[in-house]
Amino acid sequence: MFLEQRARSFAVHAVLIAYSALALGPILLVVMNSFKARNAIFGSPLSPPDSSTFSLVGYAKVFRASHIFVYFENSLIVTIVSMGLVLLFGAMAAWALSEYRFRGSTALALFLSIGIMVPIRLGSVAILNMMRTAGLNDTLTALILVYIAQGLPMAIFILSEFIQQIPKDLRDAARCDGVPETRIFFEVIAPLLRPAIATVAVFTIVPIWNDLWFPLILTSSDSTHTITLGVQQFLGQYITDWNSVLAALSMAILPVVVIYVIFSRQLIAGLTSGAVK
Amino acid sequence: MAEPVPQVVAQMPKAKLIGLLALFLGPSVLIYTAFSIYPLLATMQLATFTGESGGGVHFVGLANFRTLLTDALWSAPFWNALKNNMIFFAIHMAVQNPIGIALAGLLSLPGLKLKGFYRTVFFLPTMLSVVIVGFSWNLILSPLWGVAKGALTAVGLGSWFAPWLGLESTALVTLALMSVWQFVGIPMMLIYAALLNIPDELVDAARVDGLGQFRIFFHIKLPLVLPTIGLVSVLTFVGNFNAFDLIYSVKGALAGPNFASDILGTFFYRTFFGNQLQLGNPTMGAAVATVMFFIILVGVCLYLFVVQRRMRRYTF
Repeated sequence: MFLEQRARSFAVHAVLIAYSALALGPILLVVMNSFKARNAIFGSPLSPPDSSTFSLVGYAKVFRASHIFVYFENSLIVTIVSMGLVLLFGAMAAWALSEYRFRGSTALALFLSIGIMVPIRLGSVAILNMMRTAGLNDTLTALILVYIAQGLPMAIFILSEFIQQIPKDLRDAARCDGVPETRIFFEVIAPLLRPAIATVAVFTIVPIWNDLWFPLILTSSDSTHTITLGVQQFLGQYITDWNSVLAALSMAILPVVVIYVIFSRQLIAGLTSGAVK
Repeated sequence: MAEPVPQVVAQMPKAKLIGLLALFLGPSVLIYTAFSIYPLLATMQLATFTGESGGGVHFVGLANFRTLLTDALWSAPFWNALKNNMIFFAIHMAVQNPIGIALAGLLSLPGLKLKGFYRTVFFLPTMLSVVIVGFSWNLILSPLWGVAKGALTAVGLGSWFAPWLGLESTALVTLALMSVWQFVGIPMMLIYAALLNIPDELVDAARVDGLGQFRIFFHIKLPLVLPTIGLVSVLTFVGNFNAFDLIYSVKGALAGPNFASDILGTFFYRTFFGNQLQLGNPTMGAAVATVMFFIILVGVCLYLFVVQRRMRRYTF
């Protein structure tokens, strides 16, 4: 019995480790080879860089030939501003929808949830027309507005479920004391939403940071490209220069991996907690 | 005892309630309507117009759709893209979701060590940009680098290697499997969460009755997470019929070789934005987007009215 259990546990771990290798292998391979000289990349792709094969020539090329820092800055601005406003507006709307009963509140909630399933991408033709008319074409503002509209439905859905779990007594007590509604939201409810923020952030940040479509459609100059589009164009241009390509890929991978590993506990807790059953 | 508080809200003067609603709901409703719902409707409207040489547009009713579905110049690439998209989706359903379920099942085994490590690793590719994943696999599968060939040779399957991404017969399947590799974390995580929500009493009762872990999973746990599998399927459907980034990064807007990997997303982009072979055509692009919208709508409605209605939701 005991032996059988050991054998089974061993088999389970063997499967899980094999899949881990499949999930990590390609990423490790790219990052590892980005630190190697060209002949080592082709000569011994599977060995890590050592003192004779170590080289940063790819990175030097990326820094010289692309506006990688501008792209990073743009991505940071777009992601942070969009996420902040999605959280703020989303929490306010979720609060109003779950707290105040009014005619049409169910219809409004349904209207706001259309965007969970229907991708905003399908409206791109009209979005581009609108942005051109408004003079916002090729600006980060255009991206931010689209990403807020894209992120709100899911944020409102998750935050509404969360707000409904907050005990009613809290706001009731405040109301009896005559505290105005706006202060109840900003001073009593908003601080309690902190645990839900991780979940909302996952659903907001990742698609924005990784998006290729809207930067491709809405931005045309180097000064407004985001990291995903910038790297994509750089890769297309230097596809035969393996050092640069591997370095550019690694520079796009590493920040995401570092942030992910730091926050993975909260992130997975957010993903697996009640909100998305 | 009377509840005093809901009355505070109920008795609020109407003007005050409207003011509060405008304050709290205003920003969301405004931005969402202006940049999500309105563009969708405007796109559908634009699909019933056609461009003039002078830059204006005039109303043509459903002529664009007739062109798209019947004119050989348009319909051949459209049906090709739709067919490829169906294959793309079928591969995800057949490979991504079973692997996701299996991994979730293993992770939810009681007393498993290193659970957190595995979870983190399995979900990592999902966090990366599709562009990065596409290019990385492109390099790995490239005959120039020879990593994939070397790996196959090491296990004695060297003769199986072919430049899969470059062949008409295998490009689409290879791209779909790259996408599966990246997104398997989503079904895994959602099903894992659903499995954790199953009360221990149910599983314990089955164990007392002498069922092994394997049978407990298939007879007790799996039926209970069917609603989540339904949700995963509809999310996969929407994601696949809206996919673009991967094919564009690896194969470019022309989705080669010879359009073998063309799906609706790349077809829409080419139609709307133009490419080496043709000028962009916003009104036909709008028509393609409208057709994509209805395809996604059919999928979502099937889920909402057939799958979700039929399945009993278990709440614990």
